[in-house]
Amino acid sequence: MAVMNIREAINRTLYEEMERDPSIIVLGEDVVGGAGTAGGQEAIGGIWGTTGGLFAKFGGDRVIDTPISESAIVGAAAGAALAGLRPVAELMFADFIGVSLDQLWNQMAKFRYMFGGKTKCPAVVRLIYGAGMNAAAQHSQSVYALLTAMPGLKVVLPTTPADAKGMLSEALHGDDPVMFFEHKALYGVKGEVPDGPFRQRFGEARMVREGGDVTMVTCGRMVGFCEKAADKLAADGIGTDLIDLRTTSPLDEEAILDSVEQTGRIVIVDESPPRCSVAADIAAIVAEKAFTSLKAPPRMITGQHSPIPFARELERAWLPSPQKIEDAARHVLAFR
Amino acid sequence: MQLGRDALLGAYRRMATIRQFEERLHDEIKTGEIAGFTHLYCGQEAAAVGVCDHLSTEDLIVSTHRGHGHCIAKGCDVKGMMKEIYGRRDGLCKGRGGSMHIADLSVGMLGANGIVGAGAPQAVGAALATKLRGQGHVAIAFSGDGACNQGTTFEAMNLAVVTKAPAIFVFENNHYSEHTGVQYAVGTDRDIASRAEAFGMKAWRANGCDYFDTYETMRDLLEHVRGGGGPAAIELDTERFYGHFEGDPQRYRGEGELDRIRAERDALKIFRARVGDAGLLDMAELDAIDAEVKTLIDEATSEARAAPPPDPAHVAEDVYVDY
Repeated sequence: MAVMNIREAINRTLYEEMERDPSIIVLGEDVVGGAGTAGGQEAIGGIWGTTGGLFAKFGGDRVIDTPISESAIVGAAAGAALAGLRPVAELMFADFIGVSLDQLWNQMAKFRYMFGGKTKCPAVVRLIYGAGMNAAAQHSQSVYALLTAMPGLKVVLPTTPADAKGMLSEALHGDDPVMFFEHKALYGVKGEVPDGPFRQRFGEARMVREGGDVTMVTCGRMVGFCEKAADKLAADGIGTDLIDLRTTSPLDEEAILDSVEQTGRIVIVDESPPRCSVAADIAAIVAEKAFTSLKAPPRMITGQHSPIPFARELERAWLPSPQKIEDAARHVLAFR
Repeated sequence: MQLGRDALLGAYRRMATIRQFEERLHDEIKTGEIAGFTHLYCGQEAAAVGVCDHLSTEDLIVSTHRGHGHCIAKGCDVKGMMKEIYGRRDGLCKGRGGSMHIADLSVGMLGANGIVGAGAPQAVGAALATKLRGQGHVAIAFSGDGACNQGTTFEAMNLAVVTKAPAIFVFENNHYSEHTGVQYAVGTDRDIASRAEAFGMKAWRANGCDYFDTYETMRDLLEHVRGGGGPAAIELDTERFYGHFEGDPQRYRGEGELDRIRAERDALKIFRARVGDAGLLDMAELDAIDAEVKTLIDEATSEARAAPPPDPAHVAEDVYVDY
């Protein structure tokens, strides 16, 4: 086991997987950085620091800087995957799916089904997402619900360095398109990472803690927010089942329903607007499949039904907070 | 040169305002008080001002993530901009937008934009609106050499041609799309104007560090567009004095590159040299403008610092007109 942060885990996993499989290529804006400049290539290594060193090792045929052309980046990944490669395309900000959505939505997601199961499109799209840096309305969004809703795409959101390695490796061994969401505020999160080959299956939630009184279901950066709320509750003797979904498609319904059957009370926390969200999806599943176990209505803590604002005070108000989560847990616990 | 004294002094004041606004932000961002991502316009002053000095309030512009210069050149309130960048309640966009999303429709500034290439189609639509009104106004899309590679920009150029929209594509080529050089990212031998020509519109080229070259070339271009000649494009060769965003270590720069462009390609120095050599203005007059602009920027900064933050209770307002 080595200790590293999520940024390093992603970088090393890309490196190791590219060494293992020569069909893996990386493409995106400034993934090398510095092309066509006096400073030369590798001057950047990705603005998030996740693709550094790849160009020096694997060269320009496999580590490809692109112009600012998101539709072409994702479309080229789709085509390369159809043609037998395993492309890893980077969208510097997940918000830029707006520019490239057709290639994700109507192309990559649908090839296999439309073509009668005769093709596969093993593309990985790395999407850097999430609020917390006051990057405002077009650089802060958590757009995973949109892609979770599209049959044909797998949606992955690591929250630990081990999961980052395990799930990126899983994506690069699988044959389906994977939307690999990296929260920009979690890159520095440190943890132990297994040495050598290590894969984490999709559709298996992570039980972050077991407490038995109330269920919290969440993903991404909100896992840490829920842990803070659960610590407060624990101080009052309230035990939390905290579930990190890890993947929203496929979804580990069993882990959620098993916990709710025991606790009867659930808070779902989601860093996105409430309508048609992953939170709403899970609330519906629980209402439909665990109705008789519920002792209180499911409670959702989400962002607002608004774009994400810029000012610090507004962004904080927009986001879920440990306090709001704790209050929601106490609310469902008090419900009679 | 056909510009009168007032026009010359005004042009210098607008360029100096952009320069000092951005230099001040560069310093203030280091204090940590300003949140988010900020992309400075320093070095490109002659482009924004040389273009916008031809425009009235009814002429429309759409801008980019590097938009402060376009805002100031088009007449946005400098103090309101500063408050917006500080995330204050009384900022131009109530602290909701920030540096990348400043807009003021009352002066014909349709918005800065965080999505590279998103503005060009919007400028075509705005141009169609001005065409329908029939008063000879135009709409301008400011784009960088980065945005010229987006499909949206290509589609917008073709749409402008086929609809004969009075749209103008201003490509500010500062040689860097984020951290990648134009030599790599633009395949047409670094030339962007030729792409516009290939779509069937007339294109001009000018020195985007020289106010006079930009201004005079734009005069010819606007005569063509306002005269019903259809859309047009101009490529302005300019410079970016700072990084892609504040905090960018700029390791892609050549040795001495920043010193060289500051020495040889500084729009304010070039302006001073041109008007000085021609005996049009005294340097003391320009020094006085610098001092007045400094006072304005000092006030804008101290007022922004002291201004109240937005009320979190209003976070989800203004999403719709009516809901």
